[in-house]
Amino acid sequence: MTIEAWLAAAVADAERRGLPELKPLLESVAASTRALRSADWCDRADGSRDEARSEE
Amino acid sequence: MSRPLELLPLTDLASALRVRRITSEALTQACLARIDADSTRLNTFILVLRDEALERAREADRDLAAGRDRGALHGIPISLKDLLDLRGTPTTAASRVREGHVAQTDAPVVVRLREAGAVFVGKTNLHEFAFGTTSEDSAFGPVRNPLAPDRSAGGSSGGSAAGIAAGMAVASIGTDTGGSIRIPAAVCGTVGLKPAFDDLPIDGIVPLNRSCDHVGPLARTVEDAWLVYRAMRGDVVAAGERLVPIPPIRGLRVGVLRPYFTDLLDDEVRARFDEGLAALGAAGAVVRDRAIPHAADIAPIYLHTGLPEAAAYHGDTLDRMPERYSPNVRIRLELGRYMLAEDYVRAQDGRRVLRQEVDAALAECEVLALPTVAIPAPLIGASAVRVGSRQESIRNIMLRLTQLFNLTGHPAISLPCGATRAGLPCGLQLVSAARDTERLLRVAAAVERVLR
Repeated sequence: MTIEAWLAAAVADAERRGLPELKPLLESVAASTRALRSADWCDRADGSRDEARSEE
Repeated sequence: MSRPLELLPLTDLASALRVRRITSEALTQACLARIDADSTRLNTFILVLRDEALERAREADRDLAAGRDRGALHGIPISLKDLLDLRGTPTTAASRVREGHVAQTDAPVVVRLREAGAVFVGKTNLHEFAFGTTSEDSAFGPVRNPLAPDRSAGGSSGGSAAGIAAGMAVASIGTDTGGSIRIPAAVCGTVGLKPAFDDLPIDGIVPLNRSCDHVGPLARTVEDAWLVYRAMRGDVVAAGERLVPIPPIRGLRVGVLRPYFTDLLDDEVRARFDEGLAALGAAGAVVRDRAIPHAADIAPIYLHTGLPEAAAYHGDTLDRMPERYSPNVRIRLELGRYMLAEDYVRAQDGRRVLRQEVDAALAECEVLALPTVAIPAPLIGASAVRVGSRQESIRNIMLRLTQLFNLTGHPAISLPCGATRAGLPCGLQLVSAARDTERLLRVAAAVERVLR
């Protein structure tokens, strides 16, 4: 699931559950998730990160 | 003894008890008097065990008089964070969610302390379910810092640290999932030890994030913390036993973590830290910079580990009794329910990277040094603070320097390192090799001698 899709679904669900105050916190988590997924140690199935690491 | 009885280090009190200069009953009475005088104002204790404590203190006096000596903690008043099970008492976790709970048995570390003869004076206030760094969100009111009551005592073990600083207990047992022993120790001017992961059992303790949870002591000195830690491990430690050998400062290799860990510091915290390092250097320590290459990933890794683990424990009660949580704690717990399993797994991969990097930083030095908390005790009610040119959330800035070692499991300790001009304490954090808490304590004792 992309972060954008996750965030849209999470915000919609939070609003449905009567928890609109979650929205800014979910946005903050989304930014943190972007950082997590873009970390250079985060492996990818196509091996692109292995190549990037070997070039360092 | 120029200081009041209840403010003396455990080592002094243990000696005084054995030469009958004091009694455990008098010492316990002194702590209870401090609780009577200030606990309501500071919200330090959730439960005071007056009758039980005095009974156990008299029993300790009788035992010691008869030569039945259980060791250094025998007859010493100690408090327990109200996250630990103490049989026959509620474990509230500072939450209305736990209303009606009564512990049927002692947590294993409590069993060991009981066997060591400790006198439990009561259970201390905390951030609800240990899920915060200020001890403000509590069903029993915010814990106030004894040194500045308009400010936080830190958290989540705020009542434990505040109680020691105020003379309500000689030592306390806290828990630490992201810094919850070290943070309040730093801002209240006490010592706080997070032992190595899995060093002490966490059974019988309300969890926050099971893969990051630790239990450990808060105390007045490093040697006091060592005595309590040894008792929590189940060791029998004689009253005269000392923390020896303490390594010489001359030649001690100290790795200072930079840059991330020194990028964002209050000016006075930075000044006290630099002065501490200068004092160590002047005493002969070899101070060198060390780096954690992926330090910028610490916060995302911690967030994606901690929130889902907390949500797993709280999911059922979030559905059944959401109104019983304080609003801030409830909403953060709800956040964890939205996180994806794949991101949790990525975070665990990141932890392995960070563990290797901390090990590498320690490869050529005995200990790593960094400030414990980037700011002094924040004002109660504040949600953000200015640090340099940046506006930072109180929660994020208070966790910034401690959470790494919950992710990696390395033992870490906070000891006093001066104070701001307003008298707010600052802490120095030391970290040593994985699984070697005892070694960390010896080095910390050497550093403490230089800083005091």
